[in-house]
Amino acid sequence: MIELEGLTKRYGEKVAVDRLTFTVRPGIVTGFLGPNGAGKSTTMRMILGLDRPTAGDVRIDGTHYDRLKDPLTYIGALLEAKGVHPGRSAYHHLLCLAQSNKIPRRRVHEVLDTVGLTAVARKKAKGFSLGMGQRLGIAAALLGDPRILMFDEPVNGLDPEGIHWIRTLMKSLAAQGRTVFVSSHLMSEMALTADHLVVIGQGRLLADTSMAEFIEHNSRSYVRVRSPQRERLLDVLHQAGITAVENGNGSLEVDGSKAEYIGELAARNQLVLHELSSQQASLEEAFMRLTAESVEYHAHSGAPEPRQQWGDDWRRG
Amino acid sequence: MSTPPPPMPQTAAPDWQAAPGAAYPAPGSTHSGYHSPIPVVRTHLGHAIASEWTKIKSVRSTMWTLGVFVLLVVGIGLLTGLVVSGSDPDAGGESPLSLGFFGLLLGGMCVITLGVLTTASEYGTGMIRTTMVACPSRGRVLAAKAVVFFLLAFVVTLVCATLIGFLHVALLEGHNAKEPSGEEWLKGTVGISLYLALLGTLSLAVGSIIRHSAGAITIMIGAVLAPLVIALFMFSSSLQDVQQALFEYSIPNQMSIFYANSLSESGPSGWDPLWIMLVATAAALGGAFALLEKRDV
Repeated sequence: MIELEGLTKRYGEKVAVDRLTFTVRPGIVTGFLGPNGAGKSTTMRMILGLDRPTAGDVRIDGTHYDRLKDPLTYIGALLEAKGVHPGRSAYHHLLCLAQSNKIPRRRVHEVLDTVGLTAVARKKAKGFSLGMGQRLGIAAALLGDPRILMFDEPVNGLDPEGIHWIRTLMKSLAAQGRTVFVSSHLMSEMALTADHLVVIGQGRLLADTSMAEFIEHNSRSYVRVRSPQRERLLDVLHQAGITAVENGNGSLEVDGSKAEYIGELAARNQLVLHELSSQQASLEEAFMRLTAESVEYHAHSGAPEPRQQWGDDWRRG
Repeated sequence: MSTPPPPMPQTAAPDWQAAPGAAYPAPGSTHSGYHSPIPVVRTHLGHAIASEWTKIKSVRSTMWTLGVFVLLVVGIGLLTGLVVSGSDPDAGGESPLSLGFFGLLLGGMCVITLGVLTTASEYGTGMIRTTMVACPSRGRVLAAKAVVFFLLAFVVTLVCATLIGFLHVALLEGHNAKEPSGEEWLKGTVGISLYLALLGTLSLAVGSIIRHSAGAITIMIGAVLAPLVIALFMFSSSLQDVQQALFEYSIPNQMSIFYANSLSESGPSGWDPLWIMLVATAAALGGAFALLEKRDV
């Protein structure tokens, strides 16, 4: 369990992480989502005691990271920067980490095996591809067989096979009761792996919700209508009590799945339609809307905003 | 630890493409938190030292710098010995050990380089984050690096200095050279080795402060050479005292004091250079410790 309480990091004037409070629970995969520069990596570095928080607190099962006596058997982390000396072999990289925590040497061979790097274990890390480097980082995270795992953008640089592998790995790690905390800037990736979702933008908490709830709220269906007689169509819809929202590209959007009804309505009023289609908003769009609004809000107001209620502002679409 | 031998599940899946989920125990059994079969150990400085030893010996730059060091000390020492013994039938009662100075002075550059690389290279590669995650006690990391590097530098220098000392004594036999006394032997081997190892440890501390290999190496080489070079060109008589101090306390002059060869009669003598270097290194390490605790990694 990772608990953040009002965690804040300021670099001079710039606030990188702004009063983050949330809990990462064991037994599930928690996705940590936000656009680039939202403060995900800074938050993860503060959890690991690498960066000192300006204010607030972060605890791992009630303890500060630097108080852990056996850090690698407690937390395994893959950070965005590979963090490997290019001149050192994969085996020696893992060995020196194992030694610093008195992890048995055979465990090095085991994790090399797990990530599929046994064949290149004695090769220098500088010859590794992005994907191989990522696997070496994952091997280091798994080294201590830790109860908490943090992955910063783990699928970066992996091929489709590797992406599938890391997804399965994260799910199985969580299923064993471990705490799994994964950051990503891709909603679609999270939708496939995460059970719980923490979304941040501009360093602030935007959402802390279960994945199921997020999908329920966001798989909004709507009907797109396009007509050369747009004004009349709007009138007709209005008379029928249907609210249509104008889309930028000249089409109208109507909430819900009323395509048949709208079609009949148009026929009855002899309206020409160029398009009438049922649409499903993607999670990616919902995520973008969520984070975009935080950015927009930020630009218009200098005052600290009251914490937004999850889902309050983006459902209007 | 009374934990039963851990059944390492990963061994069952030699191929990474096999879904690791299958290799682990059945999922869903525990949701109250995972407990690893790996015994939990309270880590201490010893573990960090073992880790740093693996690090320093597993990169080629260590082998290169130490290899060049041995080559310089032994090679230049051998050459000087051969030249002197071949051309000068009368060594004038000088100690043959003093011929080792030239090689060790140049070799000092390698020690400085290796010292800086031990700390600063981790910042260049990002390895430092991995290191600090594995060992969150930052002071322990720096202490382990300093211990490992100091011992390595001391042992390598001692072996080279002793070897070249015997060589010089043998080469100059019958050339009216002085038979080195016990203390001269001690200073010319253990003393100079301690001094060079401390100089390297000072560089290590500077590397940790500067966090940039090239920058720290430049600073250290400048610190070794600049005072002497500047003093050489101080012709004004009003600067005579400054010139004298720069000569006397320059690192090359301090090194040559171990061979009882000084540029002047006043200034540090005997074992003084060692104490000076000890204080400088302790101060730099103290600064490095304080900054390490204060800064973000």
